[in-house]
Amino acid sequence: MLRLRTLLLALAGAIALSGCQYHVLSPQGWVGDQQRNLLIISTLLMLIVIIPVLVMSVYFPLKYRADREDTSDYDPTFEHSNKIEVAIWGVPILIIVALGWFTYVYTHRLDPYRPLDHLEAGDPIEVQAVSLDWKWLFIYPEFGVASVNELAIPAGRPVNFSLTSSTVMNTLSIPALGGMVYSMTGMETKLHLIADETGTFPGRSAHYSGPGFSHMTFDTLSMTDEDFNAWVAEIKADGPTLDRASYLELEKPTIDEPVHSYASVEEGLFRRIVEMCVEDGKVCMGHMMMQDEMGGGGLEGIPHAEAYSYDRARTIDGFGNLIDLPEVEVKAFHEAFWNDPDAICRPDFVFAEKKSNG
Amino acid sequence: MANAQPAETFSPIFGRLTFEWIPIHEPILVATFAGVALGGLAVLALMTYFKLWGPLWRDWIVSVDHKKIGIMYMVLGFVMMIRGFADALMMRAQQAMAAGGSEGWLPPHHYDQVFTAHGVIMIFFVAMPFVTGIMNYVMPMQIGARDVAFPFLNNFSFWMTVSGALLVNISLFIGEFARVGWLAFPPLSGSSYSTGPGMDYYLWALQIAGVGTTLSGINLIATVLKMRAPGMKLMDMPIFTWTALITNVLIVAAFPVLTATLALLTLDRYADFHFFTNDFGGNAMMYINLIWIWGHPEVYILIIPCFGVFSEIVSTFSRKPIFGYKTMVWATACIMVLSFVVWLHHFFTMGSGASVNTFFGITTMIIAVPTGVKIFNWLFTMYKGSVRLEVPMLWTIGFLVTFTIGGMTGVLLAVPPVDFQLHNTLFLIAHFHNVIIGGVVFAVYAAVSYWWPKAFGFQMSDKWGKRSFWFWFIGFYVAFMPLYALGLMGVTRRMNSYVDAGWQPYFIIAACGAVLILLGIACTFMNFYVSIRDRKKNLVGGDPWDARTLEWATQSPPAPYNFPFDLEVKGREAFWTMKQQGFKWPTENYKPIHMPKGTATGVVLSAIAMIFGFAMVWYIWWLAILSFAAMVGIGIAHTFNYKRDYYIPVDEVAATEAKGAAV
Amino acid sequence: MSHSQTASVRVADHEVHHASPTPIGFWIYLMSDCIIFGALFATYAVLGGGFAGGPGPKDLFEPGFVAIETALLLFSSITFGLAMLQADKGKRDGTMMWLVITGLLGAGFIAMELYEFRHLIHIGAGPDRSAFLSSFFALVGTHGLHVTGGIIWLVTLLTQIKAHGLTTANMRRLGTLSMFWHFLDLIWIGVFSFVYLVRLI
Repeated sequence: MLRLRTLLLALAGAIALSGCQYHVLSPQGWVGDQQRNLLIISTLLMLIVIIPVLVMSVYFPLKYRADREDTSDYDPTFEHSNKIEVAIWGVPILIIVALGWFTYVYTHRLDPYRPLDHLEAGDPIEVQAVSLDWKWLFIYPEFGVASVNELAIPAGRPVNFSLTSSTVMNTLSIPALGGMVYSMTGMETKLHLIADETGTFPGRSAHYSGPGFSHMTFDTLSMTDEDFNAWVAEIKADGPTLDRASYLELEKPTIDEPVHSYASVEEGLFRRIVEMCVEDGKVCMGHMMMQDEMGGGGLEGIPHAEAYSYDRARTIDGFGNLIDLPEVEVKAFHEAFWNDPDAICRPDFVFAEKKSNG
Repeated sequence: MANAQPAETFSPIFGRLTFEWIPIHEPILVATFAGVALGGLAVLALMTYFKLWGPLWRDWIVSVDHKKIGIMYMVLGFVMMIRGFADALMMRAQQAMAAGGSEGWLPPHHYDQVFTAHGVIMIFFVAMPFVTGIMNYVMPMQIGARDVAFPFLNNFSFWMTVSGALLVNISLFIGEFARVGWLAFPPLSGSSYSTGPGMDYYLWALQIAGVGTTLSGINLIATVLKMRAPGMKLMDMPIFTWTALITNVLIVAAFPVLTATLALLTLDRYADFHFFTNDFGGNAMMYINLIWIWGHPEVYILIIPCFGVFSEIVSTFSRKPIFGYKTMVWATACIMVLSFVVWLHHFFTMGSGASVNTFFGITTMIIAVPTGVKIFNWLFTMYKGSVRLEVPMLWTIGFLVTFTIGGMTGVLLAVPPVDFQLHNTLFLIAHFHNVIIGGVVFAVYAAVSYWWPKAFGFQMSDKWGKRSFWFWFIGFYVAFMPLYALGLMGVTRRMNSYVDAGWQPYFIIAACGAVLILLGIACTFMNFYVSIRDRKKNLVGGDPWDARTLEWATQSPPAPYNFPFDLEVKGREAFWTMKQQGFKWPTENYKPIHMPKGTATGVVLSAIAMIFGFAMVWYIWWLAILSFAAMVGIGIAHTFNYKRDYYIPVDEVAATEAKGAAV
Repeated sequence: MSHSQTASVRVADHEVHHASPTPIGFWIYLMSDCIIFGALFATYAVLGGGFAGGPGPKDLFEPGFVAIETALLLFSSITFGLAMLQADKGKRDGTMMWLVITGLLGAGFIAMELYEFRHLIHIGAGPDRSAFLSSFFALVGTHGLHVTGGIIWLVTLLTQIKAHGLTTANMRRLGTLSMFWHFLDLIWIGVFSFVYLVRLI
């Protein structure tokens, strides 16, 4: 019993101590603040109807119990009332109208794609964030540096994120600063955040992305302008270059990757990552879409399938090991199926060429 | 990465199935297998000893009686709930342990399968069988019918659902299950990032079960439209029948989208198509739109029949007609329509513009209006009523409180900027468990305790019913309030381990809540046991609750033909009217009753469908072709059977009725 | 009770015979099938422009070929209608003859579709080449599978009509197959306009 009490006390203590972690309720930036305000406004608006409902849910069954002393108020014909109907439709509608208005205003104000210029908080800083298996790469195009699993930002200045992903979907989430946005392969999404104060805030991927997902975390270091410049200078002073070759090396799946950085970044690398053409010989998405607009590559484009292939080279097994797949004639299966259906059933037929190297 | 999955090989006989795929190195799975095998053997031995195989086959497996099928759906739901809840306990234990550098007891490879299986099983093989089972059992009797419109199809639908469920369970011991989350978003679920058979088990299990669900939806709509007692207008039907109709319309409109979407993903994985791949012009966001166009109506498919259950219970136990019948029907119809225009709220954070997000946010909030109206209608049914706080009513009050809170957090998540923060956090997890446990699970428990005496002719234990309720009710709050708190800290779902030790106390409390719920489930099974043991003491007549709708006009348990005579019905609450009129069933001039005959085709087809699914999962092409051909062949052969009905002779009807008519 | 004045329940004088639920049940099934096609059409609309450097519709589709294909299917709908007229008159042989013709026209349609698929795959424009081709093969292939299923059903029904004649049960089946066949025709008109015609203009 004593032990249980100690345990409960310890739990209560731990919860009290951890009170400062309610990032959504006590955010450290304008975006998060606004989102918190909206959360509270919406909750209060709804409580207008929620509280009476909760009270009635308990009060009515108790008040009208079958074994009550005075049953003269039992009225089995009371099954319709225009007054009540008007109230139970009208009040929720009014609340939803109010909530809808706030939603409209705040959704436009807090559109993650909208730059934070209106805050007049100083020059924004650009960060290109790439979700890799299973780590985050942050490229600072203005400074030509990059860091892995560590995000440094100057406090009080807007941060303009451009997001993309190397294989599967993730979201960039720094709850202390504000909401998240998905990062997706072959696409560029935007997110604008700002930190009001200096400090260290946890960041992570908030969309499950495979075996190493839980370790896709990073620290967001919000610092003064001087400290930030010093941070950049320190990275710039010494370290490897992030070019196409070293990116392809970095992109290979790892779990729990330590923090490290790159002193310089090849021009246009992020664009190539977004367009899935970091590797030599791959056609960039932009080029492909332009070609699509004009009706495709024609019959003569058929044999160039390999230049558009992306996922196959990144195939992994259930533990996150890369599976080495030889580039095959993409149409092998269908060809075989039509020309020689029996071939598929033979042991030597390479159906999907999936061989584990692990 | 220390481990690797078995090397991909292909043999003409076994496809890619090798011994390495049997998880003999996983102690948890070996122990589970031993338990299941021993338990299974014990059941088989007992059944053989008591010579139950014949009755089981004749009276249940091949039966096309909607009541038998309804009960079998409920059994399936409870059995799969054990599996799904075991997954829940494993997850709660893992997250209670894996803090501050500890990796807990489940590595990601296992944990990720567990959370995927938990979601898939709870939605497709627990909640869906439960609501389908209740609709199957109750709805035909409420409209005065003898069976559903297509009795054979009903049997087939049930066994297809079982086949899907079995396929999921087979994956536990042969191979693995998917590690993708319950909706399997590509590219993660595509052929490159989910190699191995797990994802294929997912696809074929859902596809097979989905056939059953769609057919059952068609069947039940046709039943409501065509099999009602003469004179019963649509606006005279009990609210539960209305909700059943609307639910099945949703099923028929939404499930084909799931079928198509999963089929496209299957083509991506099996035949190198490029619908949802990153390359060759594929578009993964298309999958996410399609799956939620099914997925959002799906949650209404689960909850709407539960609204019907509560409507019947509130009305019966308040001794009043439901307040605002017409409003109730129209509110449900509104929800049906609106459920198709809100799907985007599941991915506000995917970069749609502010206007699109606003639109879908507001349409979502609008659903709160008809839902709120329904809640008020239940409250005003109790108002000036005569409320008996029996077990079904306890669940109903528990639902009203819990669901209202869940609804509030749901509207919060519908506000796009709030969702930017709370998307994919444990706040979301707490929200949907709040509405699914508070709504669907409580409704199922309420329905079981309410209709149990009808189905079996004796009452359930009041004591164990109340214990079950309080453990579930309190357990729910202990398990999920900490998740709301964690969500407000920004804690993400599906994490196998976390660094911040400050979160651990909350996870420990949540785990304690899960244990309380476990006790609630244990009390339920205890309730089944005690009630069946003491059944002779608790026998009841046809109408133990003084109820108001037609199913109570039958005997308890109902005769195979439900009603000895066809009824002509005018007005709502037909059984209440009968009682007011002093109706008595005639005791002579019985006529032979026309009934559908049982058939083994459904169970055989479904068993072959399962073999087909298994063969496809493992690339055993010869078996896949063979089993598919067999399905087509048996299906065609079935159409050559023209003698699908028979007459119950007058003597038998008279003898059954002599045992005691209900009224 | 506000409604108890009008409410009444009594035992029906005659045994109640419900009209067969099959037609409405089958209608509901067709609507659900329609939604499957809807999803495939939507997929084609979204992905149909993704050629991935490969061929587009103008490179692949022959208007004349598709026109003949379409004609075959449209004629088969007419012949099915003629079969139904014969059946309504109770003429078994006439019904069977028109059904056989319908089946042959359907088989001709399927043969042409298979030829087209085989040709495309042979030149390397299979469903693995681009999202456009994936969505094309899925949409047209699903329709083709339905027609194939329809032909199997038709052959089965022919056997049954031969064995039992135009009984009530067989007439009901003929009616549902007729709905199915015309439904596939409608879907094909969608496919023809949306996949072939629009893309060729």
